[in-house]
Amino acid sequence: MHSIFGQLPRFLSYYNLEFILQAALTTLLLSISGCVFGFIFGFGIAVLRETTGPLWLPLRAAAVLFVEIFRRIPFLVTLFLVFYACQALNLDISVFAVAVASTCIIGAAFLSEVVRTGFDAIPSQEREAAAAMNFTLAQTLFLIVIPQAWRVILPPTFAFFLSFIKDSALASQLGVVELTYSAKVMNNKGFSPVLGFGAALILYFAISYPLARFGLYLEQRLGFSRYRKP
Amino acid sequence: MDFLGIENLKARYGEHVVLNDISMTVEKGEIVSLIGPSGSGKSSLLRALVGLLPVESGEVRLNGEIINYRDKQAVKRLRDRLAIVFQQYNLFQNMDVLRNVMLAPMKVKGWPREECEREATALLEKVGLGAKLHVYPDQLSGGQQQRVALARALALRPEILLLDEVTSALDPELVNEVLDSIRLLASEGMTMIIVSHEMAFVREVSSRVSMMAAGSIVEIGTPDEIFQNPKHERARDFVGKILHR
Amino acid sequence: MNYTLQFGQVIDRLPYLAGGAWLSLLLATLAFFGGMIIGVFGAMAKLFGGRILAGIANIYVVFFTNTPALVQVYFLYFALPSFGIILPPFEAVLIGLTLNSGAYLTEIQRAGFLSIHRNEVEAAETIGLSQMQSVWYVIVPHIVRTLYPSLSNQYILITLGTSMAAIFGVEELTGRALSLNAETFRSIEIFVITAGLYIAITLVANVLLVFLGRYYFRARMRLF
Repeated sequence: MHSIFGQLPRFLSYYNLEFILQAALTTLLLSISGCVFGFIFGFGIAVLRETTGPLWLPLRAAAVLFVEIFRRIPFLVTLFLVFYACQALNLDISVFAVAVASTCIIGAAFLSEVVRTGFDAIPSQEREAAAAMNFTLAQTLFLIVIPQAWRVILPPTFAFFLSFIKDSALASQLGVVELTYSAKVMNNKGFSPVLGFGAALILYFAISYPLARFGLYLEQRLGFSRYRKP
Repeated sequence: MDFLGIENLKARYGEHVVLNDISMTVEKGEIVSLIGPSGSGKSSLLRALVGLLPVESGEVRLNGEIINYRDKQAVKRLRDRLAIVFQQYNLFQNMDVLRNVMLAPMKVKGWPREECEREATALLEKVGLGAKLHVYPDQLSGGQQQRVALARALALRPEILLLDEVTSALDPELVNEVLDSIRLLASEGMTMIIVSHEMAFVREVSSRVSMMAAGSIVEIGTPDEIFQNPKHERARDFVGKILHR
Repeated sequence: MNYTLQFGQVIDRLPYLAGGAWLSLLLATLAFFGGMIIGVFGAMAKLFGGRILAGIANIYVVFFTNTPALVQVYFLYFALPSFGIILPPFEAVLIGLTLNSGAYLTEIQRAGFLSIHRNEVEAAETIGLSQMQSVWYVIVPHIVRTLYPSLSNQYILITLGTSMAAIFGVEELTGRALSLNAETFRSIEIFVITAGLYIAITLVANVLLVFLGRYYFRARMRLF
């Protein structure tokens, strides 16, 4: 106990703090880029699943398969899969890129379901009316469904992003220098694990908690009415 | 030749046969009403006509063209000429009244914006909503929403208008404002197929009335024939019930 | 591309990996039910606990839901010895996962309590049920029914979450995959098969949960 407090001044040196904060930034960057790309792909998958007719059937089936597979694999295993696949293909990309790609895959699988639930929240009669007036699927989605569904889609998407800030800790296993990795480095430098991991916990909290509050605000703000108020 | 011809149309929903060998014709300028108990297939017939309910067999001809419902392009051409108004109005909740009406002409037909806006405004004035152009659907009464839905259907300049129980979801005091708009269209010679439970209105406005039960047409004739002197027992039964209500 | 896939060596060790999958499920099940017990007390404390108990429960939930489970276990495993508490890897992971899922399950169960309508309770009283009876016959079934979908979803998420036990050397599915990788270096084959096993166990769990939900709790759920 005594030694922990004794280490504190040395632990809080400028160099260490810069290293840890840099790592925290990497955590944030990894989560944001992974979720943004994941959302774009997930959105595409959700749109694909709305198509009808035999022409699109193979793509539709592929989309369902992709979602059902990657929703059921732990992030850690996805990370290893992508990592070793890149190695086998002799792709020379950084571990950070591997982590972003893995996040993107998992994110696409989960977020496509979020988007699909949002589409389903719009009364089917409005879509029928659009169909009877010869709107194409793209027109129906972009002019009628999405302008209403985004309120349903946004809060759970944000919640997924939040959960990914925490899941990104697993990327430390590949050697991505993010917050958890920095804690292990401090540990290996001989600092007490209470300090190293304690600092990581505090920083994760400092990132996640305000965002969680914002997410709650979003949910309350958008949740009540899906209709546009004047 | 008949304007719209339906021959041996059959449709089912799972195991349940909803349309069983429907045959009828509609001439240009005619108003044909479909009556009958709930679940008799009146709404299903309208939905099948616009391709919202898959047709199993049978034939539909519009102005001589045979419509193959499996052919997406043919359905598209058909929907270009028919418009349907639903019981639940089904207005787009994310846009104001004017945009609801001008959206399809603009985006689907590709007509110029100013023209669409002018025509939409005129149509909304015609149904008595000229003062509500920039109001959102959820701020309107049911009757007003249904009149917007009428204007929206008319904006596509359809050759036949299908009305699917357009007053059934309305409070009684709001029914007449919608019926008045329909009367106006009738006086202009609009071809319509109407599904309705408003018997007095059906009698007043229809050229012919078709009585349906259990997915089939039981009897078809002029309003007087159907209401005063129904030949078929089931039609007598139904008419008896509604007249003594 | 000069990598040729050879699944033979890995297929031979399928029973070894499947044994790991059992441990994954065991870990998930223990953490889930442990978390459920914590969740009952947590939800009660937040709803009826008064200022102090509710405050403690709130701090617990907010802390555990806003930090990564992995770092929580790191802390238990590496930092607790500084305070004289030494946990073996399996126990450290189990305690960490249980505390973590307990926080999420507290929030889920609280939402369940809040979904009960006053008139439902009144209706139970007017037909002459005692308070105990109305809790047992009306309130509990209602809560189970409304919560069942999110609870089964949580169980699947916890199952996926157990894979981090591998990092601490626990020989569950991912742990055994890593051991096998060090032994054979057939990395892709190993992780493809491992992924397949995770898909299999979560799919089986999913199907069972949906059936159970539909027939016992009349919960509205869809499989896909």
